[in-house]
Formats: sequence, C-alpha cells, structure tokens
Amino acid sequence: MRRITSIADLEALRRKLQEKYRAKKLRIIVCGGTGCRSNRSMEVVEAFKKEIKSLGLENKIDLKVSGCHGFCERGPIVVIHPEQIFYQRVKPEDVPEILERLTRGEVVDRLLYEDPNTGRKIKHVYEIPFYAKQKRIVLSKNGLIDPTSIEDYIATGGYKALAKALQMKPEEIIEEIKRSGLRGRGGAGFPTGKKWEITRMQKSDVKYIVCNCDEGDPGAYMDRSVLEGNPHSVIEGMIIGAYAIGANKGWIYVRYEYPLAVKHATLAVHQARELGLLGENILGSGFSFDIEIVKGAGAFVCGEETALLQSIEGKRPSPRQRPPYPAEKGLFGKPTCINNVKTWANVPYIIERGADWFSSIGTKTSKGTKVFSLVGKVKNSGLVEVPMGITIRELVYDIGGGAPDGKKVKAVQIGGPSGGCIPEELFDLPIDYESLTEVGSMMGSGGVIVMDENTCMVDTAKYFMKFLKDESCGKCVSCREGTQRMYEILSDITEGKASEEDLQLLEELANVVKDASLCGLGQTAPNPVLTTLRYFREEYLAHIREKRCPAGVCKALIKYTIDPEKCTGCDACRINCPVGAITGKPKEPHSIIQEKCIKCGICRDVCKFGAVIVS
Amino acid sequence: MPKIIIDGIEFDAPEGWTILDAARFLGIDIPTLCHHDELSPWGGCRLCLVEIGEGKKTKLVSSCTYPVEDGLVVRTATERVIKARKMMLELLISQCPTSKVLQDMAAKMGIEKVRFKPKWEDCIYCGLCVRMCEEQMMAKAIGFVNRGDKIRITTPFDKTSEVCRKCGACMYICPAIVLRCEGAEPKDVLCGGCLNVLQPTCLEVYGEYACWMGLKGECGTCVREEES
Repeated sequence: MRRITSIADLEALRRKLQEKYRAKKLRIIVCGGTGCRSNRSMEVVEAFKKEIKSLGLENKIDLKVSGCHGFCERGPIVVIHPEQIFYQRVKPEDVPEILERLTRGEVVDRLLYEDPNTGRKIKHVYEIPFYAKQKRIVLSKNGLIDPTSIEDYIATGGYKALAKALQMKPEEIIEEIKRSGLRGRGGAGFPTGKKWEITRMQKSDVKYIVCNCDEGDPGAYMDRSVLEGNPHSVIEGMIIGAYAIGANKGWIYVRYEYPLAVKHATLAVHQARELGLLGENILGSGFSFDIEIVKGAGAFVCGEETALLQSIEGKRPSPRQRPPYPAEKGLFGKPTCINNVKTWANVPYIIERGADWFSSIGTKTSKGTKVFSLVGKVKNSGLVEVPMGITIRELVYDIGGGAPDGKKVKAVQIGGPSGGCIPEELFDLPIDYESLTEVGSMMGSGGVIVMDENTCMVDTAKYFMKFLKDESCGKCVSCREGTQRMYEILSDITEGKASEEDLQLLEELANVVKDASLCGLGQTAPNPVLTTLRYFREEYLAHIREKRCPAGVCKALIKYTIDPEKCTGCDACRINCPVGAITGKPKEPHSIIQEKCIKCGICRDVCKFGAVIVS
Repeated sequence: MPKIIIDGIEFDAPEGWTILDAARFLGIDIPTLCHHDELSPWGGCRLCLVEIGEGKKTKLVSSCTYPVEDGLVVRTATERVIKARKMMLELLISQCPTSKVLQDMAAKMGIEKVRFKPKWEDCIYCGLCVRMCEEQMMAKAIGFVNRGDKIRITTPFDKTSEVCRKCGACMYICPAIVLRCEGAEPKDVLCGGCLNVLQPTCLEVYGEYACWMGLKGECGTCVREEES
C-alpha cells in the first residue's frame, strides 16, 4: 500500500476501504482467538473457504477470521453479519448446512445458543445474556475485524483518533485523558493522565513508552486477546501517548508464550510502518515515533514494571526500589511511561469520543470499563468487558450464569493469583479499584476465578501460594522465603499436620510479607491467605482441630466410601479405579479397600448413583 | 538539599543520599545485611526497613535503597518496623542457621525462638558476592540462576568460569561463610545468644525505640539488665 503523508490522505484511504468493506452484503466471521483455534476453528475456516468457492459465492460473502469473541466456552464461534446470527460449537461438517440455509435466509437451529436457564434458543448475539450485560469498548472491534488487516481497522474508523490527536496540542491530549478519569488497567489503578504528565514534564533528551503485555496470571487472557484481536488499537493508543508525552520510541513487551499475539503485533507494527503511521513525520505532523517488539521469556515478575524494564535492557528481571519511578528514571535511565495493553487500547476511544463520554461510564472513582476473564466453576466462561461498578453478583450470575451442575457458588478470586477470595455474601459489592481493595482483594489485571461449594479454600490458598513461591524473583527475603514458608504451613494444614500456633504464625507472616516486600508481587502475595483467613477461618480450623476437610478436597483428610444402600453394583467404579482398590461382585454393593485407595476421586466421578461418599 | 525528619530530628540531607546514609550520619543504628558501602544498593534482605510517612499513610521501605526527598518523615524503629525485621531475620536464620553473622544479629535483636523448620542451607542469596564480583573485581564470573525457590548463585551453565581469577572476594564478603561457634553441625537453630545481655524495652512503652534522646538508659525505660 502507498505510504500516506497527511490526514487528508488517510481520510481518502478510509473512504476507499469503507467502500470495499461494505461491498459484500454478507459477512461470515469465524473466531480465530486462541480458545477457538484450539477447538479447531481454523478447520472451520478452511471448510467455509472450500464451500463458498464451490457454491460460487465469493463475490457475495466476505469471510473473515477475527480475534477472540469472548464466549470461549462455546467455541468455535461463527457470527453472520449483518444480522448477527450466533452459531456456537461449529464443526467443519456443519459448514455446508450453514451456507445452504443462509442462502435461503434461514438459520441452523441446532447450532444456536440455548439459554441453560430457560431452554430457549437464541438467534442473535445481542440477545445472549452473556453479551447483553456487557459494555464493549476495548473489545468492541474484536469480533468484527480481521486483526491481520490494517484495512479492516481503518475502514471501521481506526486511526481517526490519531488524526484528531495530531491536530491537538500534547497538553490538550493529556488534559483530555486526565478528565476522562482513565486509570491504569494493569491493576494498580494509577491515573493515566497524571502518569503521562509526569513523564512529559521530565527534562530529558530522550523519552520512552512501553506497553506491558506480560500477562502471567493463571487462567487470565485479557491482554492476550486484545493484542491478538485488535493490535492496531494498542498501536494507535501508543502513538497518541507518545505524541502527548514527547517520546519517539516505544516497546511492546509481550510473552513468548503468546505466539499469536506476537505474530499479530509484529504484523500490525509492520503494516503501520509501511503505511507511514509509524516512522518519520507521521501524517505530515513532523512527529516521529516507532515501536519495537520485545518477547519476554515468561517470568510472572516481569509484569512488575521495574522488572520489565530490566528485562528489556537485557538484564535479570528483578524489581528495584521506586522512587525513582520509571516516569523519572526508567528504561536505560530515561523517563519512561509504562502502561498496560488495555490502558493503551482505551486511549483512541477516549480521544475520538471525548472525555465526557468515557467518564459517564463507571463509578465515582473508577471510570470506563474493565475486561475480565471469567473462568473456573461457572457456566459461561470467557472474556467479558463490563462497566466499572457492576456488582460481582451480576458478573458471576447474569453474565456467567452461575455454577454448573446446580452447585452453589462459594467465592470468587479477583485479581489473579495474588488477588483475594471474596465470599458469596459480599457479591453485591460494586467492582471498582477502591471497593475491591477494601475487602482485601484487588482489581489486578482482571482474572476472575469462580469457586463452587466443592472448593476447599485452604487448598485454593495453597495452590496460589505454590504459583507465587515458584514465580517470586528471589531478590527479597520477605517474598522469597515468606512465600515458601507460607506454602509450607498451608501444606501442613491440608495434610492435617498443623497446630493452631502454626495458623497464628501463618497470619503473622502473611501480614509482615505484605508490609515488608520490595515490589507488588511480594506485597500482594499474601492476599489469598489473608482473605481466606478473613472469610473462611472456620475451614482452616476444621483442618487443624478436627483434621477434616469440609469441602472434601484435601487428600490426607478425606476418606472415600461406598454407600451400600445406593450402590447398584454397576461395576463402573471397579473398572475405572486405577489402583484396583475397589472390590465387589456385579449387581452387589461394592466397597473400597482403604489401604490401596489413592483418593483420586475417579470412582465418585463415574458413579451415576451418587453412592460414593467423601467424608 | 532535601529536608527530612528522621526519628524527630530535622536534617538537611545532601541530594543523592539514601535514608540509611542519613541515619548513619546521625548515629542512628539500622541493621543491614545485604548492604555494603562500596557496592550498589540492593534492598534484598529487608533488615534495614524503616517506616516512612505520617498519619495513616505510612509504609515500610528499605532504607538502603530509598532516596531522601523533601518533606520525608522517617521513623527507624517503631513496633511495626521491629516486628518486620525480626520476622525477616527469623526467615533468614531458619534458612541458614550456621551463619555467625545471622546468629549475632539474632542475639542483638532479641530473637529467642525460630518457628520455621530449619533448612540448613549454605546461602541466603543476599547477592553481595555477585555485586562484589561485578562491581569491584570487574569479573562478572557469577550470577543468579533461576527464580523463586529454585534460585541459586553460580557461574554460567555451572561450568568453571573463564573470567574468574579465583581472587576470593566473593568469600571475603559472604555473610554466611563464617560459621558460628559450634561450627558446621550445631544442635539447635539458635545459638547461645552471648550478645543478648541488654534489651531496650522502650518499644513496649512508646511503640518505638527512643534511644537517640540521650544516653542509653537515662530515662530508665529502655534498658533493663537481664536477671542472672
């Protein structure tokens, strides 16, 4: 494509691309997010390609592979525009039928989403409860455009905000961001406009900006999906930010474990450079800026900004003292503004639609929307974007649909491994930075793990502590030794070897580690322990005093038995037991040999009569 | 020059100083382990923690890395600080009970019990040797490997280093290398605590040590002789 050198050129290109974009009436969008891809959505794409060709519909149907639609649970997802028909769990074999019905203006009923609560089939995307309560800003184009095509992005209004921003003064942009109330989406919630202003005010010949896409929380993939599904929005935000701050060089730090994000971001940077949106004299404004992509090796601590900067510099990523903050002295000793992927991705929308529009969404202190990855024991797991101030209840029940198999939801863990567990009775809490901190959790980058009644909270705390003890950088004693010792005590508790003094020590240690650690990793690491102790202390005490695991999870404290009344002697448990610990003749009640039992729980899973009891 | 208040003393600290520099200049005792005047600040051992700020918004920071800034209010030995320091030392000493340096510190700080299971490790990962090798010996022969509970200090790929001159500076500076009196195979995690004669008790009264106010023991609350 020809390099564009002015704003007028960009608008002319946009008109041309929009015409092309609108030329075909029907658009079939197949989700190409990582979740759907692992469910073989690319095979569905191939099937569509073949079928469209054989039907000779190439000129009528526009086939696109988009980024993540969010409803990963139901993947592979196919959406047909303009009507927004939503097909779920599509297999390559379904493609001919979809196309055949489509040409007749009909839908394939069996592929529609069925509301598990009402049993009603839902035809359109916007009617599905999972989507109805969401407000998509950052993810708004995720299911619409092909992330590998800059044409799609421009045709749907991309780089409009950049053109607008380049006609503004840098101070005006910063003022607009400040007025919008945008706060860091990485989790700490520092006001973005203020950070930009501080970086701008520094006296230095060189300034840098960095995009933090080192998302390391288990079960979270918000940043990944944004960079995979709409990389140009991040780049556009970064160019605007760089212009406002006065930086000429930017870095996108992305994990090597995110191959698709790396690929799409690299491609997007290349396309933007080719078009003249990155490089010297952007759109004739005299402003120059370029982006480099750095692949991280996957240490959780690299999400911490000072460690991330060290990693870019090629050093061992260990956090350092702040102040001096990166805004004063960052990458290579120069003022550096570092923001999360979603923070950058919010910027173009704020510039385009104005600060007033953005600040009208959300609560008093937290504006805009927040992307969460809703996972765990929940019916509709996936990626959701909701306005700030939505309650946890709405998130878990209205969007998530509650726990599957009629179980009760017990708690949610918000904010990744070092977030806190919030119990069911606090679910009416509105989600914003302050209220989450108040209950001992944190916004974090946006992982939400739902836990049902079969979850042991001590075991949960132990699980997260294991992750944190492995991922601590090892620099400071409180984090390195503290997490190891907390894990040790938690293990003892789950094995019934701990005393009440140990519990006291655990609590004391957790509080000190929170207080004394060097960086955010250590300071938040005790959160899972402290919140579970705060809200589920009786579970800890049951493990310690009665040597009993109320949820029936901790192997050392449970016993599997078979209820002879309920057992029909179907033999399923005996066949499936991996260690041959079950005896019994067919059609007679079975029993478990306790000495052999390894408590794997398979017998309970395969029993159709609920005869296996955990006590 | 930034004006700071440290334990109630107003002080114009020179630009570029850390809290630790200022405290030492004023004769205020702050324990350190991973700090060395001739090496770059590290902030890993967390023994030099101090409390900064006023009112409800106070926090703990490592004084060896925190730069002085105008209006900074520092308290070097409050209850919160002492509690955190003791916990850090308890963690360290349970990791490496054979170190004389750690045992002496434990005696001085009045640690009477170690509640964690001893690990009997040889290294506390304070990073002094790594910095010594890089910054003073200009060799960079050793470095940290891995992270979390698998962290180690070694040469690249565990091979004999080509740049190591075997100068021994790493051993010279190591706080874990000098064994306590009982040697390498002591019976208990904590040793006799021969330094532990006097313990200031003003923490119980004021919530912070106040020894800088005058000669030790003058006010009568802070020093009590141990009953023999």
